[in-house]
Amino acid sequence: MAGRVEGKVAFITGAARSQGRSHALRLAQEGADVIAVDICAPVESISMYPPATEEDLAETVRQVEALDRRIVATKADVRDPAALRAAVDDGVAQLGRLDVVLANAGVFEIQPALELTDDAWREMIDINLTGVWNTCKAALPHLVEGGRGGAIVITSSTAGLKGTPNTIHYTAAKHGVVGVMRTLANEFAAHSIRVNSVHPTGVDTAMIQNRKTWGLFLPDDPEPTREKAEPVFAGTNALPVPWVDPVDISNAILFLVSDEARYVTGVTLPVDAGYTIR
Amino acid sequence: MAGKVVFVTGAGRGMGRSHAIRLAREGADVVGTDVCGPIPSATAPVTTPQDLADTVAAVEALDRRMVTFQADVTDEDALTAGLADGVAQLGRLDCAIANAGIGVPPHEVADTPAQEWRDMLEVNLTGVFLTAKAAVPHIRAHGDGGSVLLVSSALGLRGMPNVASYVAAKHGVVGLMRSLALELAPERIRVNSIHPTNVDTPLIQNENVYRLFRPDLEHPTRDDVSDVFQDLNLLPTPWVQPEDVSEAVLHLAADDSGRWVTGTTHRIDAGWITK
Repeated sequence: MAGRVEGKVAFITGAARSQGRSHALRLAQEGADVIAVDICAPVESISMYPPATEEDLAETVRQVEALDRRIVATKADVRDPAALRAAVDDGVAQLGRLDVVLANAGVFEIQPALELTDDAWREMIDINLTGVWNTCKAALPHLVEGGRGGAIVITSSTAGLKGTPNTIHYTAAKHGVVGVMRTLANEFAAHSIRVNSVHPTGVDTAMIQNRKTWGLFLPDDPEPTREKAEPVFAGTNALPVPWVDPVDISNAILFLVSDEARYVTGVTLPVDAGYTIR
Repeated sequence: MAGKVVFVTGAGRGMGRSHAIRLAREGADVVGTDVCGPIPSATAPVTTPQDLADTVAAVEALDRRMVTFQADVTDEDALTAGLADGVAQLGRLDCAIANAGIGVPPHEVADTPAQEWRDMLEVNLTGVFLTAKAAVPHIRAHGDGGSVLLVSSALGLRGMPNVASYVAAKHGVVGLMRSLALELAPERIRVNSIHPTNVDTPLIQNENVYRLFRPDLEHPTRDDVSDVFQDLNLLPTPWVQPEDVSEAVLHLAADDSGRWVTGTTHRIDAGWITK
């Protein structure tokens, strides 16, 4: 049976690990080839979880190739438009086309609003908002030139739909990408290029599974752990689950980029266990 | 959806039939109902018992079982009894799709007969409530969670002149969805609403709707309204197919793709709301 994205090529940022790797594998399982980028390096203002590495990106490559799909992986920072463009151009040259764009790369950090440094604000906006636009800008000419339409999915967050304390820069950036999504959905609909955003609740990755995030949920506990944070996380969701798995987001994205969603554009799709209706 | 049982209202034709077939193709058995007759104030051509029989034939051709009963979704006793019988025959219930709905003649609010308003709300809002009410005990009974899908419309998310009763009913469905989602979440029963743009079915493909969009013509046709429908949408299509909506239904109903999705308004609107 043909896969749900058989023969398509997907450009994925932040593909070295976690959600980005999961998206690459899920789409590859359904027949797509992948153009992958990741910064594979630390970011100045992000300290609460370890950075992705070149070994991580190599592992994504290995796992996609194990599915018998092709992958072109490049170390690139979404803040560097020239590097992104070069990575996409090179990937399209090797894989022959571009159909799907997943603006997934992003960072997370917790800080009370008035304690946030100007540099940390700027860095967050540069990566989580401008980086998304840079990704779309590098990829859109290929989608237009392909003449077959296409699908872009921007990874936002429940924090892109609702205010969240102690994450002012993250929340602002994640709201901002909804504006990018809605504008591009309008501007490129005539080319049958669909643009949507996904809004996960907490996903079980290093981004939330770290001491500082557990501590935010357990402010009075000097020794916060995953186990102790679990019921508090569960309390933020309507469904009885503390966090979701990367593959749950991948399945939503797979639906959005497949032909099953051929008339879905401009939507903010929550995969949030009911977080935003509570 | 193998081993699952779904309940679909308005299963005689259009989207309801399409959902039944799509989910059956993924392995589900189906309990289906349709009024198979006239409804007060409704403008679309009347559904017939033969329509419902044709849906059954299509599901059985996929080697799945389908139990049907003829009922009006506004008749709580008939709905409850028919569904209980269907569940008894098929063994369980995992998913309910409150799909049945009507259109009424276009009027400005100031000119809308109160009875027509009541008829609309009765079917498109109260009928959805009664469908959910009848289904929830069965889904709840096995403790495995489940999915309730309420079919609203792009007009459940925005207004439109001359169809306020439809718009109000479809907005009302969203309030029902959000509250029910909170009530059922602890039992892992997920509740979401579906918001299509115009769908290529008899509900819109009839002269009453054509006249809403082309009041300048005495007998407007499908071709006459195509451009006007296109202008509503962002993507280059005047309307979507029932099958496009069914793909979204499957995505939300299935355990793998939909398992942590609840309380959402799911659009298949060709970008109408974003335009």
